[in-house]
Amino acid sequence: MSFADSFFAAKFGITTRDLEGYLSVALDRGGDYADLYFEYLATSSISIDESIVKSATQGVSLGVGVRVISGERTGYAYSDDLSPEKIRHAAQVAALIASAPANVGKVPLHEGAKRNLYPVLTAPSETAFRERVELTQRADKAARAYDPRIFQVQVVYADNLRQVLVATSDGVLNFDRQPLARMSVFALARETGGIPQQGHAGGGGRYELDFFRTERTPEHFAREAARQAIVQLDAVEAPAGEQTVVLGPGWPGVLLHEAVGHGLEADFNRKGVSAFSGRIGQQVASPLCTVIDDGTLGGRRGSLNVDDEGNETQSNVLIEKGILRGYLQDKLSSRVTGATATGNGRRESYEHIPMPRMTNTFMLAGESDPEEIIRSVPRGLYCANFGGGQVDITSGNFVFSASESYLIEDGRLTRPVRNATLIGNGPEAMKFVSMVGNDLKLDEGVGVCGKEGQSVPVGVGIPTVRIDRMTVGGTA
Amino acid sequence: MSVTFDQLPELAAETIRQALAAGATDAECTISEGDEFSVNVRMGEVDTLKEAGSRGAGLRVLIGKRMGASYTSDLTPDGIGQMVRSAIDLAGLTTEDPHAGLPDADALGSLKGDLQLYYAETASIPTEEKIDAARRAEAAALALDKRITNSEGGSFDSNVGGRVFANSRGFLGAYRSSYCSITAVPIATLDGAMERDYWFSLARRRSELEDAESVGRKAAERSLRRLGAIKVETQKVPVIFEPRMARSLLGNIFEAVDGRSIYRDASFLAGKLGEKIAVDNFTLIDDGTIPGLFGTSPFDDEGVPTRRTPVIENGVLKNYLLNSYTARKLGMKTTGNASRGITGNAGIGHGNFYLEAGTRSPEEIIRGVKNGFYVTELIGSGVNTVTGDYSRGAVGIWIRDGELAFPVSEVTIAGTLQEMLTGIAEIGNDLEFRGSVSAPTIKIGEMTVAGR
Repeated sequence: MSFADSFFAAKFGITTRDLEGYLSVALDRGGDYADLYFEYLATSSISIDESIVKSATQGVSLGVGVRVISGERTGYAYSDDLSPEKIRHAAQVAALIASAPANVGKVPLHEGAKRNLYPVLTAPSETAFRERVELTQRADKAARAYDPRIFQVQVVYADNLRQVLVATSDGVLNFDRQPLARMSVFALARETGGIPQQGHAGGGGRYELDFFRTERTPEHFAREAARQAIVQLDAVEAPAGEQTVVLGPGWPGVLLHEAVGHGLEADFNRKGVSAFSGRIGQQVASPLCTVIDDGTLGGRRGSLNVDDEGNETQSNVLIEKGILRGYLQDKLSSRVTGATATGNGRRESYEHIPMPRMTNTFMLAGESDPEEIIRSVPRGLYCANFGGGQVDITSGNFVFSASESYLIEDGRLTRPVRNATLIGNGPEAMKFVSMVGNDLKLDEGVGVCGKEGQSVPVGVGIPTVRIDRMTVGGTA
Repeated sequence: MSVTFDQLPELAAETIRQALAAGATDAECTISEGDEFSVNVRMGEVDTLKEAGSRGAGLRVLIGKRMGASYTSDLTPDGIGQMVRSAIDLAGLTTEDPHAGLPDADALGSLKGDLQLYYAETASIPTEEKIDAARRAEAAALALDKRITNSEGGSFDSNVGGRVFANSRGFLGAYRSSYCSITAVPIATLDGAMERDYWFSLARRRSELEDAESVGRKAAERSLRRLGAIKVETQKVPVIFEPRMARSLLGNIFEAVDGRSIYRDASFLAGKLGEKIAVDNFTLIDDGTIPGLFGTSPFDDEGVPTRRTPVIENGVLKNYLLNSYTARKLGMKTTGNASRGITGNAGIGHGNFYLEAGTRSPEEIIRGVKNGFYVTELIGSGVNTVTGDYSRGAVGIWIRDGELAFPVSEVTIAGTLQEMLTGIAEIGNDLEFRGSVSAPTIKIGEMTVAGR
């Protein structure tokens, strides 16, 4: 598809000449660089509670963000009105950051190369609403049917279709159509008269609605949520203090996201405020660890054809055999530090300034048999699932909360334990990785990453991993 | 098209008329608008400057007992028309919910008088003055001590917004609000290890903000006192939450008294109304009526006036926080706690949610602890309000013989919310309203600190 046939050109009559005009207004007072980000976002959501479709919502938002960079300074303004006068006004406001004679030569816009990591003909949001309601109802039924002890089920299905257009003063013109869908199931279980316990599962990605009929059905998510809730009914107190911890494959990869991912975002390192600042080439994990951030995996929740600054996403090695190799860059940081773009400039919406962000972050598979890893632990904790995590990138301390874990006693999983937070220090924790499984698994597609008030969809993944020492925040 | 704030109530009323004409039996429309400004100054230079305004409308319709909702950022007649059609279409696809509906007409209303939420002057603070305040906050932090070596900057934010709500039972209300804030985030370094903390001041208008230098100095003191932190051994000790952290504990209790988790039986406080769940001197109030504060509004997001609701009184659970839907589910009356953005159904929000002050100063409370942990930051999401299980990453200062002795990090504190509420040993006299959740210092008799 050429620009003339693209969404914003067709629907709003925007031409390359218009875009060049707005960019030159943005650079009127000087400045080294300017860009425009047009966004049209259509969202839908369905929520079922007590087997009743209690809420069905859809809506649209659109707008344009204008950014001007002058040295390390950023000026930003946006408009939810795409009329030429409003866009020009936003460009003038963003331009206030600069105060020098215009000094950027005009570069004509040229369309970037095209590829499609999510060749979705009909996005979920373009299908009949009724079909999506029916899928959501299937999850509710399946969770309730799993076990008579399941007494509450909530299912939320949400999709969106984002149309974006990026034009930059260094000549990049890129547009993309980004579908995304996710189903989440929450189940509560209890024994008669007992304390309720909860389970949660979900997933999705940048796929057609058929994904939920063939790849990951509502029943799959529902049974998983119900299973987790039932498991918790027998949970005992979690241990407190340093333990050997084994992480199961998949979603426990959130460890990488918190322990190293955020600390490698280039904005923090440009400013020297990350525990990983200035440590490229140093040993920050055991030699068994190779960590990748890859925005190019087909259909994945964290993938993008182009990032929100118009750069193609790519696969980036963050840690290679324990050695820190690189940071995640956005345009500003790569301009200031002279680094090559990595395609990690992302933003929540047109109202937000892009920042370096992760895409899909995972550890490559090792050679150990996962069974053998568990057998190797005389006493410890096996974590199969996690809730969220958080990191203080300056001190490097991070936490993540285990939602399904088991005691390991004499090399076997024994009793499930109650929710507990695990805590460690980024550049240190992964030095204790002593075994890496051959069973790399990516998560099911539920991740949301928050940074400075902006949320973006991400993915994580990890094989089974043994960590010899980590602090577990239980009570026993 | 440019509509002023004064024209938005009429637009909301017109949207309701269109929804009823299109077949809705009841409808509610919310319109919100906001103008935001923010500037961050880092190492003395302007780092980012952002300025913009936006608005959006949301519609919720009922056709009998079926609900549909939609929203748009396009307030032109076309955009509104599309929003109305969309909500009506969706109402045809949801299931009948016997409890769906708007609040009863006699529950609707708005507090009278000036609640001091809006000062037009906040919108017109000169840009140079805002940049200067951000710069001074950062400079004061950097100047305090040579170990303050770096900074994520000083910033000044201001926001002026408006909210309009109309429904088909005759409610039409509007109010504006303003706020501004100064923040500093300095970084302290010792032997190559860095620590970061922050401080801020938030007010409805510039003249009520703390002085920029004072914000910067407090932030720097907080970062400095974290330097050289160690990990302690795993043990059970008294834990003191400084007010900023006691607020986060109140946030957990708020989740547990949210009417939605009560009717689902998904809270450790479900079914406990009238029971003693906390120590005698624990009184927790939700009050959306106090002029000028950040949890104050004339009506909630369903058009019900806000009020003062005792949630826990002298340790006894007195009230859950409800909107009209959760009230009908529980056979109770709404407490005026409906909260929503422009999309979907109303959830539950709080007004000014605060713990009443005790009598002893925080210094006295610390002096009474022989071996314990003074918590100054908590990270992670390890609180399960269904079961009450509590386990979070913590940073703070170890107390030895009544003195703040040395900084501690990379540990967790754990227990259950049930035991924490009944195990509160002391409540400080240092209640200060900062933001919409406020608490004094709290001392919990014993929790598990996990470390080495």
